[in-house]
Amino acid sequence: MTKKLRIVHCLNQFFGGMGGEEAAGIEPHWFEGAKGPGQLFENLSPDVKVIGTVVVGDNYMAENVGERAAQLVTFIKQQLDLDHMPDLVVAGPAFNAGRYGLWCAALCQVIEEELEIPSLTAVYPENPAVESYRQSVCMVKSTSDVMGMQSAVKGMLNVGRKLATGVELSPPEDGTIPRGIRQNYLAAETGAKRAVGMLLRKLEGCDGETEYPMPTFDRVAPAPAIPDLSKAMVALVTSGGIVPRGNPDRIEAASASTFGEYPLNEFSTLSSDSHQSVHGGYDPTYANEDPNRILPLDVLRELVVEGRVGRLLEIYYATVGNATSVKRAQRFGKDIAAKIVNEGALAVILTST
Amino acid sequence: MKELERAGLPTAHICTIVPISKTVGANRIVPAVAIPHPLGDPNKTLQQEKAIRRQVVEKALHALETDIEDQKVFE
Repeated sequence: MTKKLRIVHCLNQFFGGMGGEEAAGIEPHWFEGAKGPGQLFENLSPDVKVIGTVVVGDNYMAENVGERAAQLVTFIKQQLDLDHMPDLVVAGPAFNAGRYGLWCAALCQVIEEELEIPSLTAVYPENPAVESYRQSVCMVKSTSDVMGMQSAVKGMLNVGRKLATGVELSPPEDGTIPRGIRQNYLAAETGAKRAVGMLLRKLEGCDGETEYPMPTFDRVAPAPAIPDLSKAMVALVTSGGIVPRGNPDRIEAASASTFGEYPLNEFSTLSSDSHQSVHGGYDPTYANEDPNRILPLDVLRELVVEGRVGRLLEIYYATVGNATSVKRAQRFGKDIAAKIVNEGALAVILTST
Repeated sequence: MKELERAGLPTAHICTIVPISKTVGANRIVPAVAIPHPLGDPNKTLQQEKAIRRQVVEKALHALETDIEDQKVFE
């Protein structure tokens, strides 16, 4: 009988069946055996056994990710029997979820450092966790949403088995996100020959060939400060999905296709009568009770009266920053920037959840 | 956010998950209270909440008034 691959599986509150956003603050819970997607691991591969599942809230972890990840590893250690340690720890798949991906990756990083057990997670390549953790954590590529659950699990099983048995990974075939680890190999021709060959091909019109793709770091130089805001107009933008009650532009709760421009001039404050949150990625209860908790209009109005701020732009811009593709976010940003500059505002306060 | 800065508008990003803000390249980052209520706290009185909200907003204003060379978290 082949030895079973024993896995500890870590899930967020949603995939662990403990609730939605309202449960995002829950502390770690341990369950014997597999839960939710963990069952898929066992169904797809009879030699896999999920010995236990950790379920924890996304907010609980993301609000202090380094510390919480370390605590979670301690929690896991406490649940395990030293004589029957797992072969692998699997976190997620987290797809494009920002908080989930972040803590899955953070957890894997701590496990690499503290336990002698391999670990991995699976995320969509645009997940913010990738840039911070790609070098230290093994991440299998997944789709952006749960439709790709089965292929993500298959990928994780394949890679997980290799990690547990010490087989070397190969990012293109294994579907992992490249970690930037340099592996030396002996090429058939010298570098000089290869370079000349590449140049000759380029001269013939074959462009884009490279042995080493240059990383692109998209950073923007900070815009100069406004030394005296008491004379300036400040604009408000939010990705927290605060829109007028009724969502007149029908902005989507995730993967928003548009942003809205809404008037502020009738309002000295925001309230549940006038505004609501349409963001699908966080518990909207508190935002709906008092939208100022996302878009602080009440305080800003007071600051204008006190002279701390010159004035507010009487239009604000809102979208939903939940699973927004980078391309779209860039387009929104460009459009909003142009409008704000046109209106004469000099600075922006952007609030996110 | 980067597009706003590219257009010359200093932007203060009030957000809870600072590592994400840093990764995507925000320059002026202001940590908020919590994900579902970045500028408030339902466990406090209305008065206290407003005071907290004001504190965070003031930090954002300070960030807008401060020249920086690189990404900075304004605690």
